[in-house]
Amino acid sequence: MSAVGRVTRSAVARRRVQTIVIVLTTMVAVTSAVVAGSLMVAASSPFDRSFTAQHGAHLTAQFDPAKASAEQVKETGQLAGVTASAGPFPSIVIQPVDERGGHPPALTLVGRSNPRSEVDELDLKSGRWAEKRGEIVLSAAFAGPPFEIGSILESSDGADSQALTVVGFAVSATDSADAWTTPEQVTSLTSDGNPITSQMLYRFDSAETKKQIATISRTLRAAVPFEALLGTESWLDARRAANQNAAPTIPFLIAFGLIGIVMSVIIISSVISGSVGTHLRRIGILKAIGFTPGEVVRAYITQALIPASIGITLGVVLGNLLALPLLHDTESVYGTASLSVAWWVDVMVAGGALLIVGIAALIPALRAGKLRTVDAISIGRAPRPGQSQWAHRALARLPLPRSVSYGLATGFAHPIRALAMLLAVVFGTLTATFSLGLTASLNAVGEAQDPEDRAAVTVFAGAPNTNPSASDIAKVRAAIEAEPGTASYYGKTQAQISVLGSASPMRAELYQGDVSAGSYEMIAGHWIEDVGQVVVASGFLNKTGMKIGDSVRVMYAGETQTLRIVGEAFDTSDGGTRIHAHIDNFATAKPAVYLVTLKSGISGTEYAEKLTRVLQPLGGAAMASSPSQQERMILILDAMAASLTLMLVAVAALGVLNSVVLDTRERIHDLGVCKAIGMPPRHIISLVLASVTGIGILGGLIGVPLGYALHGFVLPVMGRAADTNLPPSILDVYTPVQLVLLGLAGLVIAMLGAMLPASWAAKTRAATALRTE
Amino acid sequence: MTQVIHIEGVTKRYDSAARALGPLTLTVEQGEALAVTGPSGSGKSTLLNLVAGLDKPTEGSVTVAGQRIDQLNEHALARFRREKIGMIFQFFNLLDDLNVVENIVLPAQLTGISRRQAAARAGELMEMLGISKHARAYPSRLSGGERQRVAVARALVNRPALLLADEPTGALDTASGHNVRDLLLDLHHNGQTILLVTHDLELAETCASRAIHLVDGHIALDARTEAL
Repeated sequence: MSAVGRVTRSAVARRRVQTIVIVLTTMVAVTSAVVAGSLMVAASSPFDRSFTAQHGAHLTAQFDPAKASAEQVKETGQLAGVTASAGPFPSIVIQPVDERGGHPPALTLVGRSNPRSEVDELDLKSGRWAEKRGEIVLSAAFAGPPFEIGSILESSDGADSQALTVVGFAVSATDSADAWTTPEQVTSLTSDGNPITSQMLYRFDSAETKKQIATISRTLRAAVPFEALLGTESWLDARRAANQNAAPTIPFLIAFGLIGIVMSVIIISSVISGSVGTHLRRIGILKAIGFTPGEVVRAYITQALIPASIGITLGVVLGNLLALPLLHDTESVYGTASLSVAWWVDVMVAGGALLIVGIAALIPALRAGKLRTVDAISIGRAPRPGQSQWAHRALARLPLPRSVSYGLATGFAHPIRALAMLLAVVFGTLTATFSLGLTASLNAVGEAQDPEDRAAVTVFAGAPNTNPSASDIAKVRAAIEAEPGTASYYGKTQAQISVLGSASPMRAELYQGDVSAGSYEMIAGHWIEDVGQVVVASGFLNKTGMKIGDSVRVMYAGETQTLRIVGEAFDTSDGGTRIHAHIDNFATAKPAVYLVTLKSGISGTEYAEKLTRVLQPLGGAAMASSPSQQERMILILDAMAASLTLMLVAVAALGVLNSVVLDTRERIHDLGVCKAIGMPPRHIISLVLASVTGIGILGGLIGVPLGYALHGFVLPVMGRAADTNLPPSILDVYTPVQLVLLGLAGLVIAMLGAMLPASWAAKTRAATALRTE
Repeated sequence: MTQVIHIEGVTKRYDSAARALGPLTLTVEQGEALAVTGPSGSGKSTLLNLVAGLDKPTEGSVTVAGQRIDQLNEHALARFRREKIGMIFQFFNLLDDLNVVENIVLPAQLTGISRRQAAARAGELMEMLGISKHARAYPSRLSGGERQRVAVARALVNRPALLLADEPTGALDTASGHNVRDLLLDLHHNGQTILLVTHDLELAETCASRAIHLVDGHIALDARTEAL
């Protein structure tokens, strides 16, 4: 082994605490960077990645087999512009009944012999594929109670119902069906009132715009017999719906990812440069016995890279292990294909970390290499005289125990090291503050996003794809009012509308009854109170250039009404262009659902089942609300925020530990003197802890306002990215008590980092300390 | 006689302060043991640093073992030190993360000799200095005298043309100090050229054949030790 190798090996092996700190720091930093980077990748266009991975269908078409033969339908796969096709697959809509007698929504059931396909490959998330009659694979969106593998569904509540056992859950990139089974099973479910259709899936060379999709649909229609094409669904609609679900959370994931990576970079740099910078005396000795500056630089870079490489390797492994469950949750929420940590994330994080370690070690090593040998030896032996004398003089006057005032002053002996510690504490508290704010804002977004979630029960006014009469709707209302558990309710429907002056159609939510219960979080103005009023989202105002108080002409089903904008709501649906108005503005509009709030102590499930029995003759049904995907996403993000924050705070504490270990090792002779003159071990602990107290307090005082300011800066940027302003409930999330506690977090981080070396110093025998060079 | 050290008209100033040393001219012959004495601040350590190539003169030339070193760059100075100089410090300056034998062989390895040869040379020196039983011990486990013996072994491992000793007994108890003194004397009797910086006149008299006394950076006295 060469001299450089021997020096490097011995430094790594003998300086165990420092080696372990570098290993742990790089490991935790790389772990958080891998987790953060993976989630950023997962959050970046989840639909598009899934669509590509699963060869998603640009167009899903339904044909009437009575009017076009299977051969005729299959031949449409040969039309110009079609690059791939799959089908025809038999398809049918069933009204299933679950094991408890509940009525889940109607399911589009498609017969496919296996999940693999040139178009719309299905990602089997759990269980297996349906291999024989009586087996069904459900869309993964249904996974969870009451549907689990082994659950049995009845295909209807009629006498000819067939039992279908759930054997798996799968995902289609474009939601081409709600469930799949064997083609024979689909055929067996057909009846006069419920005929089979043929599903055909296509990919085209150009299908990026609505216009191209419309042209394709016309070509398909012309290629088959008259009225054989029943309908088409475009991938653009599926993408819009998917992105709408994911949009509010993506900027949060990206913000977490970025702060994780930035923190990792700063802490690694600080720890590595700190460790090299404290070996000046050793470097001086090496030079005195004949090491060239180049050999010194090489030795110290290698010395940092060896433990860092171990930490990076462990970090990549741990990061992958931690990321997998989070990615699993993310994919289930976004409804995307199976996500795994992208290989290039591992490579980039590992390579980046090595590069940072190399650069962080190179700068102080170069400085040390250039330092005059005599200076290196003398600087390394002890702090420069006078560097902390003023602090000792000033702090000695304070009415504090001498060990505390002495310890406080020692923090000033090594300004560079104190700065490294301060940076670690500042970024630790900044992360904690920012992360807490972001989590609170995210929870506020979740609460503000979907007022429907506030309702315990959703009542459907009629059967799917039917148009219930006004009298039936009145009966539904009467049934709801007659239920003793009803606290309040309101009716709602979604409608396509046109706004005068806007070229493209928009969507409206129209409300009936107690409209206040459906209110969104308001950014400005107020929620609708009466007819003639409309509440719009930020995107609408941005797009039309209107403002609160302006009048807007809205056309619905041939009626035109002039409505006054009375409020700006926090609503990112439909790109923030959706409007909200009273249903009575339009004579022909009727509610499709009723959202019911229950009296305290009433079970939503029991209420829904009871009401369903009353409504069944009318075609209506009631469903108890389950936690929405949005809520699940927020729970996941909360968990992720907590784990990332913990990791980053741990890294910050390790940064402090590293600096205090180095400092204590250097000062061990001084501590020996303190012991020799009668300072008890607990005073030594106080002394070492006091040396970081100022840094902890200062770090908190700097870190908390910075984290607060970062939150105030990032949130509106996120909002603008999603084309929405944000209400105060999302922006003003900190309480004074929280801020004070976060400020103390700086002190806690510093104390945590200093505790181990403090007890080490207290336990060292005075004689040993005095003999130490 | 071959000159091992030749210093010609050397002065040294730190920043803009007054001269720390010189102008000074000095020659040390091969096999000579020169003791440099003087009060604190007289320029003893500055002179030693200039001879070791750890520092550069403000004016004048420094030639050691036939090589003018005041014009060498850092890289060349490092090579010069590893091949021509052995140094002993007051506070030992051992690498505390290397054990005794590793500390001793380190300069030998820098010169590129084989591990076997370096180990053999280290074994020879440890035997000579009576520290063989501590070969695998780390410096923190040794007494001050034992550490200084390790430092001496490290300094001699490359058979340097010049041994520099900076207050070698300054941090030692009396008994250990006597051991180191005897060691230096042996080395001198075996023909090792030595430059010894010390406050200790007794040490200077015992170990050196010649002594110079510095006062305010100038040679106030230059004499054979027998004459002192």
